[in-house]
Amino acid sequence: MTRIRAALTVLPMVAALGLAGCGSSTDDGGKGETGGITGTVTVFAAASLTESFTTLGRQFEAAHPGVRVTFNFAGSSALATQITQGAPADVFASAAPKNMATVTDAGAADGSPTVFARNQLVIAVPKGNPGRITGLTDLTRPGAKVALCAEQVPCGAAATKALDAAGVKLTPVTLEQDVKGALSKVTLGEVDAALVYRTDVRSAAAQVDGVEFPESAGAINDYPVVVLKDAPNPTAARAFVEHVRSDQGRAVLTGAGFQPPTGS
Amino acid sequence: MTAVRDAPAPRTRRRPGRRVPVALLVPAALGLLFLVLPLAGLLARTPWATLPQRLTAPGLLTALWLSVQCATLATLLCLACGVPLAWLLARVEFPGRRVVRALVTVPLVLPPVVGGVALLLVFGRNGLLGQWLDSTVGLTLPFTTTGVVLAEAFVAMPFLVIAVEGALRGADSRYEEAAATLGAGRWTTFTHVTLPLIAPGVAAGAVLCWARALGEFGATITFAGNYPGRTQTMPLAVYLALETDLDTAIVLSLILLTVSVAILAGLRDRWIGSP
Repeated sequence: MTRIRAALTVLPMVAALGLAGCGSSTDDGGKGETGGITGTVTVFAAASLTESFTTLGRQFEAAHPGVRVTFNFAGSSALATQITQGAPADVFASAAPKNMATVTDAGAADGSPTVFARNQLVIAVPKGNPGRITGLTDLTRPGAKVALCAEQVPCGAAATKALDAAGVKLTPVTLEQDVKGALSKVTLGEVDAALVYRTDVRSAAAQVDGVEFPESAGAINDYPVVVLKDAPNPTAARAFVEHVRSDQGRAVLTGAGFQPPTGS
Repeated sequence: MTAVRDAPAPRTRRRPGRRVPVALLVPAALGLLFLVLPLAGLLARTPWATLPQRLTAPGLLTALWLSVQCATLATLLCLACGVPLAWLLARVEFPGRRVVRALVTVPLVLPPVVGGVALLLVFGRNGLLGQWLDSTVGLTLPFTTTGVVLAEAFVAMPFLVIAVEGALRGADSRYEEAAATLGAGRWTTFTHVTLPLIAPGVAAGAVLCWARALGEFGATITFAGNYPGRTQTMPLAVYLALETDLDTAIVLSLILLTVSVAILAGLRDRWIGSP
């Protein structure tokens, strides 16, 4: 009996808390309305954008109170498949134009994509570079274990291009399903080197060093971004893309190791 | 009185055969539908027109053959270690048996990718055992076919152990006691009495174990990597195909499904006997 009575006294308190929660959220909505942007923006972004886009999302939320930015970070091709299969996303940021084309060809984009950053390959080696690797040809040394991305994902396509440009033929021990997979094989010390983006090396600077190589200039990835046609929140989506392309956004991206798009 | 008491007994015994209760039939049908519908989705999206040329795509047979080989080797490894482990858990009283039983099921709850990382930390080039293996025997396991077998065995072994332990607990231990009173040692009892007694349970466990090993993805790609002909099994090939071409991924999945269902159905009839 006493237990039931206790439960009955707690019940109204819980209800009150619930109402208070509702109240505060409508307040936020009101504040957001003054800026014209409300609700949640869902951004599908390439795995290599994890660190920089998380920062951009936080800045965007600070500039537009009441707006929430949620991210889905994964390989660009997996994201493209999810979007063409009807995933409810507002914005798509891809690590390569090819995966963006999957989305635009399917008629899932609103307008044409714009390139907002570029990324370049480097050789990731364990901290201190114990194998003393200085360029692509060092990767073909007998016994050297190298991780590459699979050719199906942007970092793998870029790696193949760079290796072809250098005329270097190498047999990797593994073809990883995304760039973070290749990077983790270096941080775990299982391979001597991996071809990853400059931004990935910078994000794992405590465990890996990056070795720049000239042939990567011929295999630079353009990163396009677009608002999606079936975006649940198109107004906020457009504002987020603007923020990515703003000077503040560019500063975050270059800070992470990206290069600005050509012609700007 | 006796007549009244006897009468209902045959009726209750016959009832299950006559009418299935709706309360059981509806959820059962829903459950079946839930399991089969995704399969129907795969079939509906299969690009039948381009199927022949996709089936002859290079690398497909290599991945399929590697999958079947690795899953079989992993199952043999699980049988060799898992059956004795199950016997130990079911038949021998020792301190900490509950803890050991819980530890055996750890790979079931561990996300396979984490399992792969854990394997790297032990058997990897800088791992606890891997470092020693590398320096003394010159043996490295990551990125090798052996690595695939190990990753699959790690994930699949609990299925075998749980099935066999269940069979052992269900088996009548009086036969073993009789063998013991007739002078048989524990080893002889195990090989001549216990094993034949629980053979169906072992077979069922092995089939589950093989199926789990065949579909293994996370631990394999993390521990053994992905390289065609060496470590790229069908699930890895499916995942990478998904990156570029949904249709190819569907075809690969269907092949994997067909082969596994065919083998499982065949084995079931031979080993366990269809009910």
